[in-house]
Formats: sequence, C-alpha cells, structure tokens
Amino acid sequence: MYEIRIHSRGGQGGVTAARLLALSAIHDGKYATACPFYGAERRGAPIVSFVRIDDKPIKVYSQIKKPDLVVVLDASVMDVVDVLQGLKNGGKVLVNSTHKKEFGSFSSSFVDLTGIALKESLVVAGGPILNTPVLGALAKMDIVSFDSAKKAIREMFSDERNVKAAEAAYRELVL
Amino acid sequence: MKKIATGNKAVAEAVKQVQPSVIAAYPITPQTEIVEQIAEFVSTGELKSRYIPVESEHSAMAACIGASITGARTFTATSSHGLLYMHEMTNWAAGARLPIVMANVNRSIGPGWNIWAEHTDSMQERDTGWLQVYVSTVQEAYDATLMAFCIAEHNDVLLPVKVNLDGFSLSHIMQPLETVELGDFIPPLYLPHAIDPKNPMGYGGLTGPDQYFKFRWDIERSMRDSVKVIQETERDFSKRYGRTYGFTEDYWCDDADVVVVSMGTLGKEAEVAIDILRKEGIKAGSMRLRWLRPFPKLNLQGKEVIVIDRDYSFGFGGILAKSIQAQQKADVYSVIAGLGGQEVTYEDIADFIRTRRIGEEFWFGVNANV
Repeated sequence: MYEIRIHSRGGQGGVTAARLLALSAIHDGKYATACPFYGAERRGAPIVSFVRIDDKPIKVYSQIKKPDLVVVLDASVMDVVDVLQGLKNGGKVLVNSTHKKEFGSFSSSFVDLTGIALKESLVVAGGPILNTPVLGALAKMDIVSFDSAKKAIREMFSDERNVKAAEAAYRELVL
Repeated sequence: MKKIATGNKAVAEAVKQVQPSVIAAYPITPQTEIVEQIAEFVSTGELKSRYIPVESEHSAMAACIGASITGARTFTATSSHGLLYMHEMTNWAAGARLPIVMANVNRSIGPGWNIWAEHTDSMQERDTGWLQVYVSTVQEAYDATLMAFCIAEHNDVLLPVKVNLDGFSLSHIMQPLETVELGDFIPPLYLPHAIDPKNPMGYGGLTGPDQYFKFRWDIERSMRDSVKVIQETERDFSKRYGRTYGFTEDYWCDDADVVVVSMGTLGKEAEVAIDILRKEGIKAGSMRLRWLRPFPKLNLQGKEVIVIDRDYSFGFGGILAKSIQAQQKADVYSVIAGLGGQEVTYEDIADFIRTRRIGEEFWFGVNANV
C-alpha cells in the first residue's frame, strides 16, 4: 500500500487534489481511497488530506501515520506544521515552491505550481488552483500514470486549462 | 464507468435511482452532503421527487409520515441530534407501519460538541420498530440504500428502514463506486392501508389496550418475518449485481478460537488486524454485524468473543456487548472504543485481541477496566 499525505491550507483544493489522485489510481486499475481529515476547518488554516493506493481493496480507515510521500501545496504551512512527521525511511517530499530546501535524508522535488496556475489564469476567489497542476507533478513521479491523471481531470473539470497546467507541471518537475 | 464517491454521495446516487415521490430533510453535519446532492438532483430534474425543505428534523419525519400514509415512497437523511429530535416521530412511523427509508450518518451526541463518528445516536433508536443496517464501505452504503426500499416496502414487513454509515470516516471518505442498472429490482410500492379519499377511514384514533397490544405484536411479527425478506432481497441483489451481503460479514471466523465483533468501518479495520494476528499464529476472526434490528442469531458458540462498542449505555455497558452476552449466555471482553470519533487503528484492534480479558470491560484510551 502506498500512502500519501497532502498538506495545504483550507480553500486551496487539497481535498480535491486527493480526490483527483485517487480517481487517477482507480483509472490505473488500482484501488484507492481519499480521506480528508475534518476538524474545525477554516479557510486559510493548515489542513491535511490523505490518499491510499493499493493493488487490493483498502480496509484501513484510520489516518495515515507513516506516509510514503508528503505533498506540500503551500510552503508556508511548513512554518507551523512538521510536514515530515512519520514520513517513512526512503520517503519522498513534493513541494510547491520555487525555492529548494533540504529535507535531511528524504528525497525532495520542487515545482512552481502557483506560477503554473497563474500562467494559465487558473484562479478562483483570488487564489491559484493547485489541485490540477499537482496531478501532473505526481504523474511525473510515477504515482499514477499521466493518461489516467488527465482522464480524471477531464472528468471533474470541463476547462481544458486544467489539463494544460498539469502538462506544464509534468514538464517542469525535475526529478 | 468507474466512479469515485463519498459515502454521502453514494447514498444520494442510490436515492436518485430509486426516485422516491417525497423527500423531506433538514441539513445536519455530517450528512448535509446527502441532502445537498439530492436537492441538486431535484433542481436539475434528474430526480423527480417532491423535495420538502423543513424547519426541523421533527418536521422532516412528520412530513415523511404524512406523505407515506398516502402510499408515496419517501426518504429522509439525518444524523445525531437530528435523529434524536425525530425520535417521537420515528416511533410513530414504525407504529403506523410506514415503509420510510432513512440514511443516518452516525455521529456523537453533545455535549461536548463533537461531530465525529459514534453509534450511540442510532442505538437510542433501537426499540422504535425500525429495521437498522450498518454499512462499512461507500459501495455498501449505495447497495444497502437500494435494498432498504425493497425490504421496507415488502408487504410482509411494512416497517421503516434506517441505513447507518459512520460520520466522516465513511460519509466523507472517497472510494470506488460501481452503480447498477436498477431495472425491476424494486417493485412498485403498494401500501394496503394507504389513505384513499374514495374509501374514507379513521387514522390515529384512540386505541384501547386490547387492540393496542395486538398492534404491538403485529410489529414484532413483521420484524421476525423481515429476516426472510432481508435474506431474499440480499440473495436477489447478489444474483443481479454480483455483490453479496448477509446479517454479518464474517472474516476467518470458521476455525477461529477468538472472534472480534464490531459494526461499521471498525469492522473493516478489524479484518486488517486479523491478517496480522493470523501471521502471528493467533487463530482470530472478525464478525462485522450489519443488521442491528432484526438482531440476528450469531454463530459464536465455543469461541472467545470480543465486542467493540462505539456506543455506551451509562450504568449498563456497551450495548452490543450486553446484547451478545445475553444471546450467547456467555461472558465477553467488552471494549469501548471510538466514541466521539476516537481514532482506532487495526494495530489497536490487534492489541484488544492479544490482551483480551473475557468478562471485563475496557475503555480504550482511558485504560480503565471496570
């Protein structure tokens, strides 16, 4: 089982990113669940959502404590939350940022999802949409296939700019 | 097409396919998504129901009762305090023999104000005459909602059915969902005692002790008859759509020395615990109770039994543990866990089984044996 924890702020689309990622995995022929942690959620407050991907049906409902991959949609969350908490040995970190940062022994990747979203004018209520571009980056990391990722995006969003943004992230992410 | 849906959306999807004539509901967390989605289906015309937004859950159930007595198919959804507020009317719905279907998203009861999963809300409805099923996956939430209408409306039953799903851990989790072509799976509703202006009758009049007593027995007779109807419905569902359900979901129970009994999503998490224990050489099994009412005869003879209650009856004990203890005429290890959405992992459940103390009660996280 591959377990992913997504850090974002309320309103940035972290929950939708989890849903898109799970749907992409299902299109790959795998089993997947996406589960948001619901607490006292407020717009702008740090939140986490979880995705599990496996070859067999997933029976675990409790929260992910030892993720294989941590995705940080908003780098400022790292000032207030220990995003590496419980990350498995050999685990990976993907950060939406133009600034690279060391994460100890963990391998990390950086991509400017905000820049990509702004370039495609993917903005809702004044904030860039990060959930579709991040799928391109996750496909590049081989978490899901890029075809399935694009299929999932098209099922949920009719605006083709979302696919373009995912393609840009796929191109720009250097592993 | 492969879909992904939350438990809430799966229930709404099932309701859309069933096309009840009347839906009356009041939004309450964490089931709001069910009634929101249904309202959207009604506004787009995909669902041709008369949707009645009411001012309270008491009114929601009253509206369902009023609609149902005309012979109309009715549905509502609620949770926690909403369900408690309906309580007077849920009793009436069962007593009036109305096949209303309700989805209840299980949630704790305040105070302290807490919106997470717990079963005490629907457990407090256990003596009303409603049939109750507890589900554990998004797919099962959808399938059980479809079957609920068949069972409730069957002329050997004519009692309301409640489909219970865990708040957040199932209502908001996204899992694969396969929808079905309904065809003639659910027959048209025929309510023999429906109001008919051409044949006026009195309803809800004063009923003397002798008649009242007969009506009560009649509810119990139908409750007993519902066992066969549930089995037939689940068999028909399996034949048509390939997914099989029963009164319990048993996992490695046949040769087990020790069986853990639970309801809802904890029952799935328990199966992972069983996989771990089997590797350690412990012959453990999991029994997930699906139907609370009618309460099935559980096949637990000769096994040590651990019961996880996500509910509590103060001054008495875990409601499930006490029920099973009475039925089996044997002591169990009663674990009280998951109240107010307390996180219970498969590792925790494996520990409950490893460290069992038959005859005792254990409050997980408080570590108090009482």
